[in-house]
Amino acid sequence: MSNEVNYGSIIKNGIFGENPVFRLALSLCPAVAVTSGVKNGFLMGVAVFFVMIMVNATVSLLRKFINPKVRIPSYMFIIATWVTVTDLVMAAYARDVYKQMGLYIMLIVAFAIVLSRAEMFASKNKLLPAIVDGAAMGMGFLLALVLLGIFRELLGKGSLWGYQILGSKPLLIMILPTGGFFAMGLMMGWLNWIDRKFFGGTGGGGGAH
Amino acid sequence: MWEHVLTIFIASALINNFVFSRYLGLCIFFGVTKKMETSIGMSFTFTAVMLIGAALNWVIYEYVMIPFHLGFLKIVIFIGVVAAFVQAADTIMKKVTPALYYKLGIYLALIVTNCIILAVPLINAEEHYSLFESMALALGSGLGFSLALIIMASIREKLELADVPKSFQGLPISFVLTGLIALAFLGFSGMITL
Repeated sequence: MSNEVNYGSIIKNGIFGENPVFRLALSLCPAVAVTSGVKNGFLMGVAVFFVMIMVNATVSLLRKFINPKVRIPSYMFIIATWVTVTDLVMAAYARDVYKQMGLYIMLIVAFAIVLSRAEMFASKNKLLPAIVDGAAMGMGFLLALVLLGIFRELLGKGSLWGYQILGSKPLLIMILPTGGFFAMGLMMGWLNWIDRKFFGGTGGGGGAH
Repeated sequence: MWEHVLTIFIASALINNFVFSRYLGLCIFFGVTKKMETSIGMSFTFTAVMLIGAALNWVIYEYVMIPFHLGFLKIVIFIGVVAAFVQAADTIMKKVTPALYYKLGIYLALIVTNCIILAVPLINAEEHYSLFESMALALGSGLGFSLALIIMASIREKLELADVPKSFQGLPISFVLTGLIALAFLGFSGMITL
């Protein structure tokens, strides 16, 4: 990696090619847990977006000082610090949302996607590419959560962002725990189908884990 | 008091099952349930680490963090304690019981940054549980998670033979399956009113 860093491909990679939720199937817990409404999904996505940018930036700045032997514990503490910051800010400014999803905000610390980007990208790149990569991955995550949130809230409550749209509740099950798993499975299957049909990808059979 | 402990135990194992109603530990859940053997190994390791981790974190939270008003550092401290404990367990097991180490060692390495290991002490801290209540939550959650892993593993072994549409192979169909099991677990929710 010299100065020739292709920002376009980093962004495309984060949002489509290696979308954390649908492609890599990492950090699934919150993707299912908080997406019973668009608003919660969006706020969770913003929290992750922020944490990813800050962690990538910090790791990139400190990459010359961290001894490779203790790099994983160091990254974990960097992540934990930024998650604590996010957690306290959310607790102060978004009280009602925080009550519902505080636990999941704290658990951002255990997200495989944050640690893996720090390890695979930020620790080898300069500040700006690292920030762009964090932003792209965070954006991919945010979009996935919003997409799931729209799907579930529209079907489960007939509303979007709390505003009534359909006037009825077509499929109440979608906002129950069960619905989260269904929505996720259907969405993944659908994206695999699109990938195979229109882009000649291998879609399906994927998801190493 | 014992009644309350029992309630927490049953609630965390069945009603608020970590996988099916709190959606935690999904990465591991989908990752290891391809084979029955790994699921069972993982269940043992997880339950043990959850119990010990919860006890350690409870002592630290109650006797260090509360007296010194360090509650806001709980995320950093809990993850440090769990990581240090798992690393220590790894080293000790390698020396003392090599046979057990070769069976369960690989799972230990995967556990360090797992959300359910961390969720137990966080919930305990949030709810201000006593030591026994914390232990009940840890044991209940561990057994509930084991139950989920074993159910899923046995279904997925059968799934190998099923004819699944191509786009749904792998993860998507596993998600739909989990949804169905979660639907069954919904039936437990009327059992106890907390």
